[in-house]
Amino acid sequence: MSGADPRPGAAQAVPVLELRGLTKRFGGLAAVNDVSFAIREGGISGLIGPNGAGKTTIFNLITGVYKVSAGSILFKGSPITDLEPYRIADLGVTRTFQNIRLFKNLSARDNVLTACHMSARYGLAEAILRLPRYRREEKALAVKADGLLEIMGLADRADLTANNLPYGLQRRLEITRALALDPTLLLLDEPAAGMNPDETEQLMLLISDIRKRFGLSVLVIEHHMDLIMGVCEHIHVLNFGCSLADGDPAVVAGDPKVVEAYLGQEDER
Amino acid sequence: MEYIQGIIILIGINLIAVLGLSILTGFTGLFSFGHGGFMAIGAYVCAIFVARLHQPFALAILAGALSAGLVSVVIGRLTLKLKGDYFCIATMGFGEAVRIILNNVNYVGGARGWESLPKLTTVWLTLALDLVFVVVTWNIINSRQGRNMVAAREEELAAQMAGIDVFKSKMIALVISAVFAGVAGALMAQYMQFLRPTMFNMTKSTDLTIMVIFGGLGSISGSILGTILLVSLPELFRDFAQWRLVFYGLAVIVIMVGRPQGLMGGLELTPSGIRRAVAARSARRELAAADKAEAAE
Ligand SMILES: Nc1ncnc2c1ncn2[C@@H]1O[C@H](COP(=O)(O)OP(=O)(O)O)[C@@H](O)[C@H]1O
Ligand SMILES: [Mg+2]
Repeated sequence: MSGADPRPGAAQAVPVLELRGLTKRFGGLAAVNDVSFAIREGGISGLIGPNGAGKTTIFNLITGVYKVSAGSILFKGSPITDLEPYRIADLGVTRTFQNIRLFKNLSARDNVLTACHMSARYGLAEAILRLPRYRREEKALAVKADGLLEIMGLADRADLTANNLPYGLQRRLEITRALALDPTLLLLDEPAAGMNPDETEQLMLLISDIRKRFGLSVLVIEHHMDLIMGVCEHIHVLNFGCSLADGDPAVVAGDPKVVEAYLGQEDER
Repeated sequence: MEYIQGIIILIGINLIAVLGLSILTGFTGLFSFGHGGFMAIGAYVCAIFVARLHQPFALAILAGALSAGLVSVVIGRLTLKLKGDYFCIATMGFGEAVRIILNNVNYVGGARGWESLPKLTTVWLTLALDLVFVVVTWNIINSRQGRNMVAAREEELAAQMAGIDVFKSKMIALVISAVFAGVAGALMAQYMQFLRPTMFNMTKSTDLTIMVIFGGLGSISGSILGTILLVSLPELFRDFAQWRLVFYGLAVIVIMVGRPQGLMGGLELTPSGIRRAVAARSARRELAAADKAEAAE
């Protein structure tokens, strides 16, 4: 299993994310088994595989939600393995969840505003006394949150409680909240789950748009391979916790091992 | 007049403790059944400073508040990494432990109690402090630190993914609530003029939490209303001594059945709070109308 980037010229650049021999065992089950791959800065990569392949587990390892059993994770060349989750987020790695996790009882705006907290520096005493820095930075946070809501087409729903947003907008709000951290690397866990092909298409366009706009690197999990063929420039395929293929979408899709793993899966859609 | 003043002071003292608990329970989502313990620490330390060390009242209040805060740091380090339910049980144990320790310290009167303390808490001091504590609470909740607490309550994992140190947020909430309870205890000691460990037993802790829940989790105005109603109701029904608890219980049940989110759950009685609630309601309505139009097509 090679972690090397297959594209010419990419070899010298430090990958934004690199997994080396990543393994996670739950009791006897190896949910992720010796997985290695790297993703290039500024690109969109796809992590695909059938249900239960270990994709979400990999996100949970990258973001520090689970402790790794073996192997290491490098972000921009430095190890982040087993750091506290909030520290990994502070470094610039954030994510969305397969089963949406919003701050349900807060308005859409407050969901985003909360996630902007790293853009302010004022302390609690400054907040209690309403000192100038508190006022200035709070104003800036509000502007930032509203700007993001605008870009993501949520401005007219900003006052709605997250709970009351339609499903598709909840997914979108979760991405907006992630963008509020000014991340370098955005991990999206099945962002199109539960959407029809039209909505999915729109979403994928939105994702490539924000990637350009914010200069992000994106890693998307999807278990329907055809959905992300169009937007991804690099794909890693998992099956039963093991790497199956890695590389260019067109090449990977034609790989007999991949075709076999997906046999009988495609009609499920 | 004396009687009314007494009720106002009691409301005012309890309000300070309830505001702290509102930050911890209503906004951060941590349930405590041991804040009587922090009140006790505030009360006894204050009384020691006043009656034994002959220090000024202001210094004594500060000492009581800081002591409660320091103890809460230790409690937080031991319990806040545990899941929510364990925290709740641990606070219960803490409250009882404080009471049992005080029962056995003769320096402060032990289980028999400590009589004839000077009366220093006045109605004006209480009201002035209430104003300060309401503003402080409001400013905390409307800061990034306050929003981080709410995020920890709403969805802990997502909060961490947003770069929030959830442990630290919970710790700040706990320490603030303990300091508030310490101040309330200090005022109580110098109002009642006697102290007995049973004054700060689990019933007291539970009463405080009920006031927060009754007023509505996540609402400062709710906590204020809850405290006013639940402290004054039993006092007003004092003449029907044997019926007091029945009325009290009924009032709580009626509210909790009719409005399970509490009187004010999540809403604030302020111009901007009302504006926000109205905006959310009209946005919701528009959405429903749009859905209907779509369905009709
Ligand atoms: N916390 C956990 N405890 C035990 N088993 C787990 C846990 N999380 C995931 N697994 C197991 O790991 C395997 C991979 O799961 P997951 O990463 O969610 O798959 P995917 O996201 O690719 O559908 C599954 O067999 C799942 O049951
Ligand atoms: Mg998954």
